[in-house]
Amino acid sequence: MKHLLSIADLSRADIERVMTVAESFAEVVERDIKKVPTLRGRTVVNLFYEASTRTSSSFELAAKRLSADVVAVRSSGSSVDKGESLRDTIATLSAYDPAAIVIRAPWAGAADLVARQTSASVVNAGDGKHEHPSQALLDVYTLRRRMGSLDGASIWIVGDVLHSRVARSNIHAFTRMGAQVTVCGPPTLIPRGVESLGCEVRYDLDDVAVADVVYALRMQNERMGANHSFVPSLREYISNYQIDSRRLNPRQLLMHPGPVNRGVELSAEVIESPQALIVDQVAAGLVVRMAILYELLTGSGRDGTLAGAPTPTVEQPA
Amino acid sequence: MESTGIVLDRDDLRRALVRIAHEIVEGNAAGDPLALVGIHTRGALMARRLRALIEELAGQPVPLGEVDITFYRDDVGSRPISDAPVVHSSHIDFPLEGTTVVLVDDVLYTGRTVRAAIDSLFDYGRPDRVQLAVLVDRGHRELPIRPDYVGKNLPTSRRQRVNVRLEETDGVDEIEIVTLQPLEAE
Repeated sequence: MKHLLSIADLSRADIERVMTVAESFAEVVERDIKKVPTLRGRTVVNLFYEASTRTSSSFELAAKRLSADVVAVRSSGSSVDKGESLRDTIATLSAYDPAAIVIRAPWAGAADLVARQTSASVVNAGDGKHEHPSQALLDVYTLRRRMGSLDGASIWIVGDVLHSRVARSNIHAFTRMGAQVTVCGPPTLIPRGVESLGCEVRYDLDDVAVADVVYALRMQNERMGANHSFVPSLREYISNYQIDSRRLNPRQLLMHPGPVNRGVELSAEVIESPQALIVDQVAAGLVVRMAILYELLTGSGRDGTLAGAPTPTVEQPA
Repeated sequence: MESTGIVLDRDDLRRALVRIAHEIVEGNAAGDPLALVGIHTRGALMARRLRALIEELAGQPVPLGEVDITFYRDDVGSRPISDAPVVHSSHIDFPLEGTTVVLVDDVLYTGRTVRAAIDSLFDYGRPDRVQLAVLVDRGHRELPIRPDYVGKNLPTSRRQRVNVRLEETDGVDEIEIVTLQPLEAE
């Protein structure tokens, strides 16, 4: 793997390889010295055009645990603020000869674009409404730790599927790992034709009891301006789609990509319940992102590029 | 150099391990804390066998650990993609402070694996002393590393490969030398 741009490009074997490597990093982060020299002397650039806490901090920590040097660039307070284009920003940052560029941007396809402009490995940390592949990989890792295998598991993804890159990446990842995925939400928040990704669609939670895992999505307030209201009222959404202890039965697992809107998509009591894997997901994020950087930067894995990026120049010392 | 073929069979291999076990016990004062750490994969298996022998000889429990050196390699990013090593977990669940650690590996060649293993060891703690036991020393060192205990010295050429097979992974105990390319007129 040269880049990680989308889950749609990964095979089951690709995903399983990342899982295996992540498991060995799980041992590393339990040591007193939680650091290995694997990427010593190499540079990882984190370029974030959108707010992010867990994704940016876990990519930064992952790179540091692998002994890489990390440069974090945020859109506010940088030249991006002054109107520099993405292309020019990449050209500038490429002058540092980074081994990897981790990018989060509000535009779908941004990571693809960057992959065409740099010889560094590119990691998509979320591009608009398109994909968020590292989130999907850490979710698969979290579930494998708890359930062993996803084969045959029923996973319901509930909420604002329309605006969710997490949903898109996770539908691909869960189905590839053998799970049955159902998406559920108000019709206005389910993208048309989503069945073509290999999932079922429901518009109510009546049958949610059949799910082994309930994956709640964040109600994306910031993507719903005053002009386009996708639900009649937040109160109605809560009464129809909130996951609470009444709807969640004790044998089901609960996941959420964070940050949670307490009392909106999840009730407070289920967030604290032992069946909630939300904290496990954050912990998994670190080791899975270490595994992603390791896979992309150490020359292991299969050759070639992903996501239709043109053949890049891979540095391969003789 | 025409020593292609099986160079150590099952009995030779067992005798070599017994001798190494005796030397380790003799080389360390009785009662001093001793631990074995095997290098994945076959070094870890050898360490397990050595521990049984040493515990019997010395009559004291010997903690056992294993390290995977993948994350400590010095050729990250420069080896061919098809060579991607399988990553294993390391397990050292006892304190290294105050102990003599015997690193165990099957074949000692360039010394780079041992260098990486020593680095990884120091991420777990600070042993008093580190010693090295290998089943085969095949020469061609690229680093100033010398084993304390050697099962067998096997002079080899760089064109040869030494295959150590152990019952646990390969179903048979033996060591074989194969010549990779036919020897052409030199």
